[in-house]
Amino acid sequence: MRILKFLPILLLAACQGTSNQTGAEKQIEVFTWWTSGSEATALETVLDAYRVAYPEVDLINASVAGGGGSAARPILQTRLLGGNPPDSWQTHHGAELMEYYVNPDYVASLRDLYEAEGWYDLFSPALIDMVSRDGEPYLVILNLHRSNTLWYNKPLLAEHGVVIEDSLSFEELLGIAESLQRANIPAMCMGDTGIWATGIMFENTLVGTIGPERYLGLWNGTVSFTDPAVMAAIENYGRLLDYQNTDHAALSWDQAAEKLGDGYCAFYSMGDWVYGELIQNGLEENVDFGWVAHPGSEGTFLLVTDGFTLAKNAPNPTEATDLLRTMGDRVVQEDFNLLKGSICARTDCDRSRFGPYLQWSMDRYAEDVAVPTVIHGSAAPPAFQQALNDALTNFVVQRDPQAFAETLAREARAAGFGQ
Amino acid sequence: MVNPHWLARNKGLLILLPSLLLTAIFVYGFIGTSFFFSLTNWRTLAVDLSLRNPLWETYTDMLAMPRFQADLRNTLVFTVLFIGLAVGTGLGLAILLDRQIAGKGFFRSAFLFPYALSFIVTGVVWRWIFNPETGINLFFDILGINRVLESAGMSPLSPGWTTDPEVVLSVNQVLAHAWPGGATFQIEWGIPVALIPIAIAATWQLSGFVMAMYLGGLGGISKQVRDAARIDGAGEFRMYRSVIIPMLTPITISTAIILLHVSLKIFDLVFAMSGVGPGFATDVPAIFVFEMMFKAARYNLGAAASIVMLVASCLVIVPYLVHTFRSRET
Repeated sequence: MRILKFLPILLLAACQGTSNQTGAEKQIEVFTWWTSGSEATALETVLDAYRVAYPEVDLINASVAGGGGSAARPILQTRLLGGNPPDSWQTHHGAELMEYYVNPDYVASLRDLYEAEGWYDLFSPALIDMVSRDGEPYLVILNLHRSNTLWYNKPLLAEHGVVIEDSLSFEELLGIAESLQRANIPAMCMGDTGIWATGIMFENTLVGTIGPERYLGLWNGTVSFTDPAVMAAIENYGRLLDYQNTDHAALSWDQAAEKLGDGYCAFYSMGDWVYGELIQNGLEENVDFGWVAHPGSEGTFLLVTDGFTLAKNAPNPTEATDLLRTMGDRVVQEDFNLLKGSICARTDCDRSRFGPYLQWSMDRYAEDVAVPTVIHGSAAPPAFQQALNDALTNFVVQRDPQAFAETLAREARAAGFGQ
Repeated sequence: MVNPHWLARNKGLLILLPSLLLTAIFVYGFIGTSFFFSLTNWRTLAVDLSLRNPLWETYTDMLAMPRFQADLRNTLVFTVLFIGLAVGTGLGLAILLDRQIAGKGFFRSAFLFPYALSFIVTGVVWRWIFNPETGINLFFDILGINRVLESAGMSPLSPGWTTDPEVVLSVNQVLAHAWPGGATFQIEWGIPVALIPIAIAATWQLSGFVMAMYLGGLGGISKQVRDAARIDGAGEFRMYRSVIIPMLTPITISTAIILLHVSLKIFDLVFAMSGVGPGFATDVPAIFVFEMMFKAARYNLGAAASIVMLVASCLVIVPYLVHTFRSRET
């Protein structure tokens, strides 16, 4: 019986297994999709802060590459369904958090942590509301991205006699686009190998055309996608598509950002992860590139967040809660966001550490109405998000506003929030 | 004690039992489970196994989706393009090698080599080749073709390849006339131009395999047959057309069946090369299944699409298997 020979070892291993759970050496696992350059570095500063504060815990970074979590989520889904959750994982606020994790009961309430740390006073009430259900918060938000920013190549526009002030109307944008077209320059930069990139331009145009109240109404069922105002937004979006670079289908979003920097195209309607990209390419803000709210969306802050959960059956709940506590720390949030190119979720960060764009973004966040993004999963359930992506894929080619609006209205009903 | 006679009589069954059990659970059991999921209301991450009412609604919803209609069209077009190209190229290569040219062994390995790569690798390489900015379009400039065209007053040649949303040779009009339901299609039934580069990449990968199949077949045709054809006065071309290729028909059928199930299930090549493509020009059912299951968490829809893929494969494979078994019995 060969097994007998191994029995002592097995027993020993078993004893060690149990002693591990009560002893000093503990392991916790955090699951993210931040694996690329600045994202990974930013995440490491958070994890390092934790490792310094809690040296006895072995922190495992289980990141899976893929923008917006497209590749990570399938793996996480499988682990959750299989009853083997990581201690904490990354997700966006709003519908994605609620539909994926709160409704199926995969995450634990963080109310005690929020109360102990005084976070109810340090995060804005609107933000806390977006991560809560029935008064129980389920997410610690690490950073805030603004999605509705229109970036432009400053020298290129100056060359064509265009100077942009504090805001830009949709008609002005079209006028500039028309004159650039005569000079054979595509006005709108686009790289939509990932369809969500054109989705950002769509949702920016949508909120810019119909305004924040009606935009919010789309998600609570008081406004229909076939509403005349929405139809006008779809028409506007279609007009912008006419001015985009012809090779948009072959480029990714970051390649399009590079084209903007190179002066190949003039404007880019995209979230401020573009900012990090432009800075990384050695461009200087306010000199090489400028920004303005996407036309019509002044006063609205289309909010994209990244936050972390606590698993309901976390293998090590105390240590995982400590990690979330670290993430909510002011200095950690400042260090993280400086590298990530976004702003703190906390309201008391030291603004002098941030550059002009991020200071602008902080001011806008303080004054504007914050609304959830649908493209990054906060406004509507994942099934609708996919349906919107599919409808956009068709619309970019077929340009049929009526069919587009009707599809969205039908899918909104199927997802349970539309009229 | 077990009766030794019983053991001896059922030896075959006992030996087969483990693999039968595994097949029953991991193949047929899982097919059954998927089919069951496709009939349920499970369309979020929270498991919901209540049956849908009406029962087949997931299927009717899916067939009404423009995206799924495009997927079915793409599968059909891709299958025809890919099998035509791969069988044609493979047969051509086999005939060339069969004619005892110098370096036969080298060329045989060279043509077979792409078959050893994974579709992902092929997809990434051909994605670069067909990139409209950096790929073969540059040759049109380098070789001066575009200069000639421009001097003739024509626009330069720069195809969008996998980024071209156009669908050519649309038969929607014909369909609308032939069948009253034909007018309700929400997509263009024709050949999506973007699928052509993908068919070329798949051909590159698998024509070596087709060639190997045909080389085996050609080796089995005796010299006497060729001699007899020559004595009867057949030229080389006529000999291949009327004698050799008809004799290779069984090989052609087996090859086509094998390629067919590759094309019906294709995922990795398309995913790496173009994704869903502009306006779903290169989307295929397998990508649909992946996105619906794991991005949209619509488990019932993903399961329904995979059942449709299974049925499509069965429509091809089952008649072939029946045919093979029958011919073996006789």
